[in-house]
Amino acid sequence: MDAVIVDSITKTYGKEKTHAVNGVSFSVKKGELFGLIGPDGAGKTSIFRVLTTLLLPDSGRASVDGFDIVKDFRKIRDRVGYMPGKFSLYQDLTVEENLSFFATVFGTTIKENYNLIKDIYIQIEPFKDRRAGKLSGGMKQKLALCCALIHKPSVLFLDEPTTGVDPVSRKEFWEMLRRLREQEITIIVSTPYMDEATRCDRIALIQNGNFLSADTPESIIHSYPDMLYAVKAENIYTLIQSLKNFENALSCHAFGEYVHLSVKPALLKGTTTPAEDHKNTEDIKNYLSMAGFKDIVVKKTEPTIEDCFIKLLS
Amino acid sequence: MRTIKFLLQKEFRQILRNKTIRGMIFIMPVIQLIIIPLAADYEVKNINISVADHDHSSYTQKLISRITASGYFRLTGYTASFKEAFQQIEQDEADLILEIPAGFEKDLIRGNEQKLFIAINAINGVKASLGGAYLSTIIRNYNDEIRVALIQPSRYNNVPTIEIASANWFNPEMNYHVFMVPGILAILVTMVGGFLSALNIVKEKESGTIEQINVTPIRKHHFIIGKLIPFWILGNLIFTIGLVIAWLIYGIIPQGNLAVLYTCTSVYLLAILGFGLLISTFCDTQQQAMLIMFFFMMIFILMGGLYTTIDSMPAWAKVVSQFNPASYLIEAARMVILKGSRLRDVLPHIIKLSMFAIALNGWAIYNYKKTS
Repeated sequence: MDAVIVDSITKTYGKEKTHAVNGVSFSVKKGELFGLIGPDGAGKTSIFRVLTTLLLPDSGRASVDGFDIVKDFRKIRDRVGYMPGKFSLYQDLTVEENLSFFATVFGTTIKENYNLIKDIYIQIEPFKDRRAGKLSGGMKQKLALCCALIHKPSVLFLDEPTTGVDPVSRKEFWEMLRRLREQEITIIVSTPYMDEATRCDRIALIQNGNFLSADTPESIIHSYPDMLYAVKAENIYTLIQSLKNFENALSCHAFGEYVHLSVKPALLKGTTTPAEDHKNTEDIKNYLSMAGFKDIVVKKTEPTIEDCFIKLLS
Repeated sequence: MRTIKFLLQKEFRQILRNKTIRGMIFIMPVIQLIIIPLAADYEVKNINISVADHDHSSYTQKLISRITASGYFRLTGYTASFKEAFQQIEQDEADLILEIPAGFEKDLIRGNEQKLFIAINAINGVKASLGGAYLSTIIRNYNDEIRVALIQPSRYNNVPTIEIASANWFNPEMNYHVFMVPGILAILVTMVGGFLSALNIVKEKESGTIEQINVTPIRKHHFIIGKLIPFWILGNLIFTIGLVIAWLIYGIIPQGNLAVLYTCTSVYLLAILGFGLLISTFCDTQQQAMLIMFFFMMIFILMGGLYTTIDSMPAWAKVVSQFNPASYLIEAARMVILKGSRLRDVLPHIIKLSMFAIALNGWAIYNYKKTS
């Protein structure tokens, strides 16, 4: 049986009945690291709040660890860990007091499940007598993760755990999640950062309360239908403007120092020959030098999740 | 039970760690009990009086020295015309004018009758009415005195008079401190019970910690009980500190049984904690809670019989004050502390406060369940 099963959940807010979650269905296997990827306001937090029994859905059914979110909400509260997007621990209690409070709430002790949080806790242990409110952003997140883990939950919900955290801590955080997977804990994590998507076993791309696609990151990338080229020249802004007028261009957007240009494939979806690649590269180069660009670099590139997301949105 | 135990542990840790609250618990009762009873005194002193004397006789001199010797009045002007005296009122230098007509002494002795005129500046109502009353009393006493001096004493009074002697029970010296202190004790308890509990719960909402708690096995009633007990204890603690201060500074020792007094306070605390809880269910931010609590606190204090007696309020206000839990504690505290009332005497108060406690807590819990 899957750890989390969601069946066409709908949730609307306000008088205008704006759909925060619009008939979403998915399931997460036991021990899987599942990512909800989407921009702000996509409905990620609403899904979390429904699954953690904080919010009743307007329609649809869902179960967590085999328990219905409406009927057996109390049983779910015993066995899930939830880390809200906003830091929600007691700022005026110390690191250790927070941790032992949440341990006792679930009828356990820090000692009992120490091995579970050891890797993470060891990093904040030097500050265990410090008030939680006085910790830095990354350390707050680590503490929050410890508190959500201390009762050895079967399902862990992490709502944007890396938002506002520096790149090094973000990387560490994801490594911690990978290690937790080995403990057979099902993890559902949400993030607005596309680059974090590949770290999940499976992801769901979500926009305006709808699932655009849900699959492993690899197959989502693999199903990208177009050919993608990274283009660079001295003036990015005018480059984007003129690439939009390129004859076979489907879309183009800035991507780091490059501009990603997607081109309609001449043959079947996803299959290109080196010769075709070469021809396309030359075509783009010629087109740009005709337009008066200097220092032109054009190369074939592999799509990322971000490219897929933009493709799905268009 | 175990859940409540560690919830209480957490609450006390947080409350006692908060420097402001810790300080206020001790400073608030001390300062309020020292300052308010001394400042909030109904006796009016230093009334400025201006005398427009058209007579300049030895009788007027006697009358004026009588007035100034009373201690309530300060002679700020002694003029020969009413006009000049009125100027003083206009410039706010005088509160009262006493006009003595020409021939005051002569007519009084010959014709047995004379009229005085008092003009009162009524901008400050309390000062005006009390000042007028004091002055009238002084003049009446003066009048009696001259009568005794002028009329030959006969064996029987030719005019029947009633002489009144009064004694102040339970507060022999009519000391306002004695009367204010029990009321202020009630207000202190209200502040801690109402304000702190409401703000504390709303704070958990505001900082999002309630979300985290809601996803744990902690039940709602555990959470609420865990919030109410600390403030119930704190309220009783502040009340005790207040009683000690009342004894140290004003020498007020409760005449009645302490157990009765604490029963009243404890039941009242349950009611006011329920009120705080109720407010917290309506608010999302501490600012909202603060504003609403302040609104009710003003009504509780000003319509609770602390400063002005409920008996002298208009009928509609009396009805309002019946729904004011603070009025019952203020009255009960005065009864037990000053009069030594027993449980039987304050039982109606306790019953009414219990009803408040049940109604407010019930409503709060109903509301709390509905909203989340």
